[in-house]
Amino acid sequence: MVEIISIIIILFALFAHSRAYLRFKERKISWIEFILWTIIWISAIVVALIPETSSKISNFFGIERGVDLLVYVSIILIFYLIFRLYIKIDQAEQNITKIVRKVSKEE
Amino acid sequence: MMDPLIIIPAFNEEKAIADVIKDLKSHDYHNILVIDDGSKDRTAEIAKENGAKVIKHIINRGQGAALQTGNEYAIKNNIEVIVHFDADGQFIAEDIKNMLEPLKEGYEIVLGSRFLGKKPINIPFEKKLILKGGRLFTKLFSNISLSDTHNGFRAISKSTLEKLKIKQDGMAHASEIIDLIKKNNLKYKEVPVTVIYSDYSISKGQGIFNSLRIAFKLIIRKLSN
Repeated sequence: MVEIISIIIILFALFAHSRAYLRFKERKISWIEFILWTIIWISAIVVALIPETSSKISNFFGIERGVDLLVYVSIILIFYLIFRLYIKIDQAEQNITKIVRKVSKEE
Repeated sequence: MMDPLIIIPAFNEEKAIADVIKDLKSHDYHNILVIDDGSKDRTAEIAKENGAKVIKHIINRGQGAALQTGNEYAIKNNIEVIVHFDADGQFIAEDIKNMLEPLKEGYEIVLGSRFLGKKPINIPFEKKLILKGGRLFTKLFSNISLSDTHNGFRAISKSTLEKLKIKQDGMAHASEIIDLIKKNNLKYKEVPVTVIYSDYSISKGQGIFNSLRIAFKLIIRKLSN
């Protein structure tokens, strides 16, 4: 029996993947990124339909519950994304400074 | 005798800047450049009224950014020697003479130190603790031992300036400069200077929390390079 949460996850995954597909068609993301997103959303659908798969995978890593693995992986991913954002912002800040310096003049 | 360009980064320093410039002039330093780092008060006007050159950042970019603007001005205008000086009245112009001396002996950069000989005036305990931490951090981060790692008083020769490109816009530039000294193997010397702690200068200084933030910034930059 399929739970309501499974249906929500599947619908969301399909929606999210369609967004990724549109981005890919507009060439806003590379094909590597597109494949990455495809893998992520397909695995989300698989796990939603057959929840046992997630515990199989997590058992392989020595973690008891699938949900735990999901939380661990998510946290790692979020940290990585924050790191990337931090560097991006830092670069943007340096560029702003260059512009400010360029337009500054002796009064 | 070399006539140094005194570079003073200033952000909202209308209360202190006039006295700082007057002190410099009374010691015969007339080549003064104030970098007004997007002040919202009358810092730039007051500096100009007192006879300093002023370059204005349209928005606040931080002390490191302001110093680099001054350094680039010096390079462009072929200035032989520059001095970094604070706008909040912590330093005294009398010390500049001693700071310039080692440059004549071939040192490439001279760093002011408040812990060599001259006693810092009214230094608060928290400040002492932060500076100790800064020393330890510098030892680990850049492998260089200085008595005072976070002192904004510096004298630098022109040839050195081109190797000292400050990329840390904020207060992390002090550590960055030391790191660049180590990287470029610059000949440096520490010289005792007086640092005066007034309620005003303390309010403008760095707290413990901010110091940790600065350390974090430096580490991330090192990791991402």
